[in-house]
Amino acid sequence: MTAARLRRLLTGAYLVLFFGYLFLPLGIMAAATFNSSRFPTVTPWMGFTLNWFQALWDDQRMWAALGTSLMVGAGVIALAVPLGLAAALLLDRLHSRAKTFLYALMVSPLLTPGVIVGISTLVFWREWFGVSGGLFLTVVAQSSFIAAYAMLLFSARLERFDPVLEEAALDLGATHGQVFRRITLPYLMPAILSASLLAFLQSFENYNTTLFVRGLDTTLTVYIATKVRTGLTPAVNALSLVLIALTILGAVVYEILRRREARRQAGSVTV
Amino acid sequence: MTEVLRRYGPVLTGVILLAVALWLALLVVLPQLMMIGFSFRPSLPPSKLGGPEDVFTVRNYLTLWTNQIHLAIFLKTIWASALVTATTLAVCYPVAFYLAQVAPKRRLPLLILMLVVPFWINELLRTFSWYIILAFNGPLNAILLNLGIIDEPRRFLGGDGGVIVGMVYVYILFMVFPLYNAIESLDRNQIEAARDLGAGWLRIHRRIVLPHAKPGIAVGCIMTFMLAAGSYAVPALLGGPNSRWFTEIIYNWFFEGGNWNQGAAYAFILLVLCIGFILGAMRLFRVGLADIAK
Repeated sequence: MTAARLRRLLTGAYLVLFFGYLFLPLGIMAAATFNSSRFPTVTPWMGFTLNWFQALWDDQRMWAALGTSLMVGAGVIALAVPLGLAAALLLDRLHSRAKTFLYALMVSPLLTPGVIVGISTLVFWREWFGVSGGLFLTVVAQSSFIAAYAMLLFSARLERFDPVLEEAALDLGATHGQVFRRITLPYLMPAILSASLLAFLQSFENYNTTLFVRGLDTTLTVYIATKVRTGLTPAVNALSLVLIALTILGAVVYEILRRREARRQAGSVTV
Repeated sequence: MTEVLRRYGPVLTGVILLAVALWLALLVVLPQLMMIGFSFRPSLPPSKLGGPEDVFTVRNYLTLWTNQIHLAIFLKTIWASALVTATTLAVCYPVAFYLAQVAPKRRLPLLILMLVVPFWINELLRTFSWYIILAFNGPLNAILLNLGIIDEPRRFLGGDGGVIVGMVYVYILFMVFPLYNAIESLDRNQIEAARDLGAGWLRIHRRIVLPHAKPGIAVGCIMTFMLAAGSYAVPALLGGPNSRWFTEIIYNWFFEGGNWNQGAAYAFILLVLCIGFILGAMRLFRVGLADIAK
């Protein structure tokens, strides 16, 4: 009995430590935003201030970098989500060794270090097409692996799709185009939304790949890294705090959508 | 293939095949092959390309063996990444086991959400948070000074220690989710049965939980090692000139040394290292590729 209680106590202590370890650094980073010290820290505490948000707001280069990030993110959604969708649709109808091979090829960018994705894209496009680093290559390089994430999301949803629906529509005289527009696409809509959100977040936070293909363009993540190394002020913390708040919001929305979807799936089984 | 055609019709099938071909050829396979081919050529000015000096060579690969500094950094990248992987595994296993087998069902959604949220936060920002903690006049030095453990502030930034600590923090969530998913599918009755038959908890873990968790351990280790060995953000922020990472050497070949062929060779060496680790882990834990990309 006491041994069981001791074990529970130790487990509890370990969990508190673990979650403290996960969140404390972020808390310290957030707290440093409000310290009027010129260098971001919490020790010593020099008094509460909101000035660093003002400094951030006035930072023109930050806004330019944000604009670049948004453009890249939109480009990645436009390119990676359709590619992932096409790949999932193809895989769903294959049952041979071709499927295993294609699948391995498609997920291989996820198991490749990001720097190598960037390097190979950079070398290839310069040698074959004379394209050098910039917005376009950033979108292309990021999409090469983000399309794989999209493919996995679409495949998971297609796995639960009832092909009888499509069969029935075809038997009743619908064209392939109509079936796709009226049945397959609406069914995949939630996955298209979550794939777009995931693609955007992945693109927005990407650093390793972007670094090699960005040319003279600076995304927000690259800008933050540059600021940390040259000219760090708590304005960087203010930016981090804003981004974390937005990310948490996005993550919670994504989780709610996913769970609602899972519940609906579970419910429809009994129908 | 006929089923694809029957299901989607000729037009849609054409579009699908074209999109997949474009993705895999232009974005995945050809760039990799190009990079590899590029690494076996000497770095020449444009006027000499295609000339008599533009020949197949392994010189770019020999550089790593002849340059003692680069070789030392390469080897350090390997052992430090392995250390990061082993540490995250040790830290995450109890958490994953608790969440998957012990935690009350009603508390689980919140706990999982508390893991998911940091997972979503930008890797660079999570690294930056450790920059603040480890800074010379940061909170870690302040606490250690106050506790009397050290007499004067230490430089935690700019060394291998800071980089490794940062990596454990940044990549730990890539270990905890695969572990959790693997242990979660274990039937609790198996643990109960083992306990009823008199097995202690050490034996239960060694004989039942760990073997069952093998695919998860493999996936977690592969992801963590790959991310650590290929990391640029963490060493760039938390490291310094004395704690360079192999990825930083590669970056310098491209953007400071201006020798892309040499950089491509180093990149390919890094890729081979990661593939080697993946194949090794798959053999060791006897898992397939389909288990990995879930």
